[in-house]
Amino acid sequence: MISTQELQAKRPPFSTEKLEEVQGVIKQFPEGRQKSAILRVLHIAEEEFGGWLSPETMDYVASLLNIQPIEVYEVATFYTMFNLEPTGKFVFEVCRTGPCMLVGSDDIIEYIKNKLGISKIGETSADGMFTLKTAECLGACGYGPMLQCGKKYHEYLTPEKVDALMDEYRSKYSTENN
Amino acid sequence: MGRKLLLEHIDVPGIETFDVYRNHGGYKSVEKALKTMSPQEVVEEVQKSALKGRGGAGFPTGMKWSFLAKPEGVPRYLVCNADESEPGTFKDRYLMEKLPHLLIEGMITSSYALGANTSYIYIRGEYYFILEILEKAIDEAYAKGFLGKNILGSGYDLDLYVAPGGGAYICGEETALLESLEGKRGNPRMKPPFPAIKGLYGCPTVVNNVESIAAVVPIINIGADEYLKIGTEKSSGTKLISACGNLARPGVYEIELGLSVEEFIYGDDWCRGIANGKKIKALIPGGSSVPILPAHLITKTATGETRYMSYESLSDGGFASGSMLGSGGFIAFDEDQCIVRNTWNFARFYSHESCGQCSPCREGTAWMEKVLRRIENGEGNMRDIDLLADINKKIEGNTICPLGDAAAWPVAAAIRHFREEFEWHVTHPQDALKGNYGLLSMPSITL
Amino acid sequence: MVKVTIDDIEIEVEEGTTIMNAARMIGGDVVPPAMCYYSSLPGTGGKCRTCLVEIAAGSTKDPRPMPKLMVSCSTQVQDGMIVKNRTSEKVIENRGAVVEFLLINHPLDCPVCDQAGECDLQDLGFSHGKAGTRYEEERRTFDPIDIGENIKLHMNRCILCYRCVHVANQLTDQRVHGALHRGDHTEISTYIEKAVDNDFSGNMIDVCPVGALTDRTSRFKSRVWFLNPMNASCECTKCSGKAVVWMFGKQMYRVTTRQDKYGEVEVVDGKPEWICNECRFDKKDLSKWTIEGPRHIDRHSVISQGHYEKPNPLKNATKNIE
Repeated sequence: MISTQELQAKRPPFSTEKLEEVQGVIKQFPEGRQKSAILRVLHIAEEEFGGWLSPETMDYVASLLNIQPIEVYEVATFYTMFNLEPTGKFVFEVCRTGPCMLVGSDDIIEYIKNKLGISKIGETSADGMFTLKTAECLGACGYGPMLQCGKKYHEYLTPEKVDALMDEYRSKYSTENN
Repeated sequence: MGRKLLLEHIDVPGIETFDVYRNHGGYKSVEKALKTMSPQEVVEEVQKSALKGRGGAGFPTGMKWSFLAKPEGVPRYLVCNADESEPGTFKDRYLMEKLPHLLIEGMITSSYALGANTSYIYIRGEYYFILEILEKAIDEAYAKGFLGKNILGSGYDLDLYVAPGGGAYICGEETALLESLEGKRGNPRMKPPFPAIKGLYGCPTVVNNVESIAAVVPIINIGADEYLKIGTEKSSGTKLISACGNLARPGVYEIELGLSVEEFIYGDDWCRGIANGKKIKALIPGGSSVPILPAHLITKTATGETRYMSYESLSDGGFASGSMLGSGGFIAFDEDQCIVRNTWNFARFYSHESCGQCSPCREGTAWMEKVLRRIENGEGNMRDIDLLADINKKIEGNTICPLGDAAAWPVAAAIRHFREEFEWHVTHPQDALKGNYGLLSMPSITL
Repeated sequence: MVKVTIDDIEIEVEEGTTIMNAARMIGGDVVPPAMCYYSSLPGTGGKCRTCLVEIAAGSTKDPRPMPKLMVSCSTQVQDGMIVKNRTSEKVIENRGAVVEFLLINHPLDCPVCDQAGECDLQDLGFSHGKAGTRYEEERRTFDPIDIGENIKLHMNRCILCYRCVHVANQLTDQRVHGALHRGDHTEISTYIEKAVDNDFSGNMIDVCPVGALTDRTSRFKSRVWFLNPMNASCECTKCSGKAVVWMFGKQMYRVTTRQDKYGEVEVVDGKPEWICNECRFDKKDLSKWTIEGPRHIDRHSVISQGHYEKPNPLKNATKNIE
């Protein structure tokens, strides 16, 4: 069991700029309703702290909003966008719901799985670069098959487009880290 | 092509910016409403237009507005439901992405009508990129004096914010949306009380779909009388249709309600038929929650009348031989598609999206998903088909919110119209496994 | 006051009363079963759907029947409303369906469950369930965990009534457990391993309608129907000290709150008499309690079948003299 002190010691701070952004979000809601900011703050926290929500991150969010940690856990586990475990550098979330299935999302999922050399949805490629997930209807039904990576939608997918996409993200990563 | 009330200027370069939008007649409804109409007059105009909620349920928007309680000293809220998640529906996204100012304009006019001084657009978290587009547009509107204090010198104040969800279909249900906006799990509330009495933070609240709010703009601009001339007697105005599935030209189309289904599917101005020259096998006309129609009930009703894109014509025949306009998520299936696989896919969707609060939905949707998966995988037996029909009867009407019904209806309709295909999966497990979708087993369907 | 008819019995109740509470005023078979509603925990109700009833007439003003079955725990009566509970076939059928839904993933481990004999789900299964099952799929499973030193959580048995969450909300502003995830994966948990160590946390066990939360200090000691419940009180600085002690001979096996015939903690002067953890877990000693007399339990068939209370001729004689 982790003590509260330990959690606090581990808790990551936001930069001043991010803290101001969080304050701005809180101000959008009436006084005493700061809990309303939780989803947006969780999105910000996930982006800032390694692409996933560790218990420490969630406890930090709780302290920012002046609510109990369990209230954050309840919310973070309810909504599917939040990663509760570490992921690869980029997460490919392929829509698999009806309209996308009709235009070949199953094949795209299979293709990405093979390409990444993983056996199951949810796994990460050996180089730690890509995690493959599936998502339910992302509202791109007329432009499928499609996937979401971060905030971006990639539509009309074909195997060739998937290849190009992976190259694009790989080079993006190496540019950013060199 | 019919009249365009919402998407008229969608192809104008730069229409997402304030200036271009304004030069094309943008924000006129705000001027008209704030300068020449009382809030009550705006409400009455919308009521008179007979606009039906464009989110899926089709409840008259003006009537919803008229229910709003107005106790002294209590704030009222307008919340825009931009949690578009109904499979097959992507019209709100299109509208917000291309015409952010149209939604903002609608929000200002509608908020004025309802007496709300703070309004929110709750947008699904996956549309974060659209949230950024909207916020940019909102900043512009503030800078030009259309938001903030004393708008256009009218004395009316409005603050408008955008709040993201986190990935949950159920937050499209209005009370789940309000829970989520309050920072909680998206569990639908028990009704009554309805949001019009007790909504956001316990205050009177109206929740409207993006397209409904956008439609307020032309209604105020051209007037309800003119609006009523468009569409049919029972379905006024235009509607955005999200055409998808195996259509030759999928996309978002604005139609005048009353266009024939045949014209919409095969017309050159619209979807141009089924992709790759194939035949149509089935159609879901209003998003995944509405009943599927087999080929022979798509362009004609059971009594042989022409089927139109309208609330009344698509539901002609009730659940026995009709469907619903719903959200306008228009999903076409070509002759090679497997109805069982698709039914299973949607059942999985609903099970995945059930909030888990009430037992019939939590347990029932998951149960249906498992049974359907077995049938699809060639591991089903005949009694499973009756079992499915029975489970969905036990979910329907017994849940806190309509997600239970939304999960039950598609399964019921698929079994009703395609029972032979389900049976074929049971009797031909090897073929079902190989993914041969068993068209041959359906002699009753003429393609 | 408004008039409402439930199963052909008319009663006058205050405006704003729920159908459930109106039915409880009538009593007997008219009362719909409740698995999640708990009157002294605001916010509970509406979830399990076992208390669904048919509204044959909405009110005198609008006598149309309601198209759907309504939950009696959260629906307020209207003047002239006609409600059908046990007299409605539709209700019986759909309630049976709810029982089936609640049981498909239930482990049916009554033989090793401490709640057996005083379990609302067992009673409901007995009254509305079927002998067989139509469920051929794999059941959903979770590992049992300890939440705190004295409380065991068997998530497999949980029906997600949320009462334990509401009781924590009422008793502390630092709740550490809650409902996590969603859909059929929803679970009651602390997320990270954390103890629920509030002084009154033991009351979660009492509000749990099934064996999901059990008392680790009395687990596996005895079947409840072999125990003799006694009203007892003690001097306590934290709580009222009014409890029921469950005796096996001279040994005290467990301590619980005093509960009414609907399984809800007794309310005195508008306050529910929750008991503290010290009284519940640490005072298993007769010398610490004053025994007031036998506790009548009539709601669970198994315990009441024990005929624990013998007729007391002396008591009746005194009554006659008075």
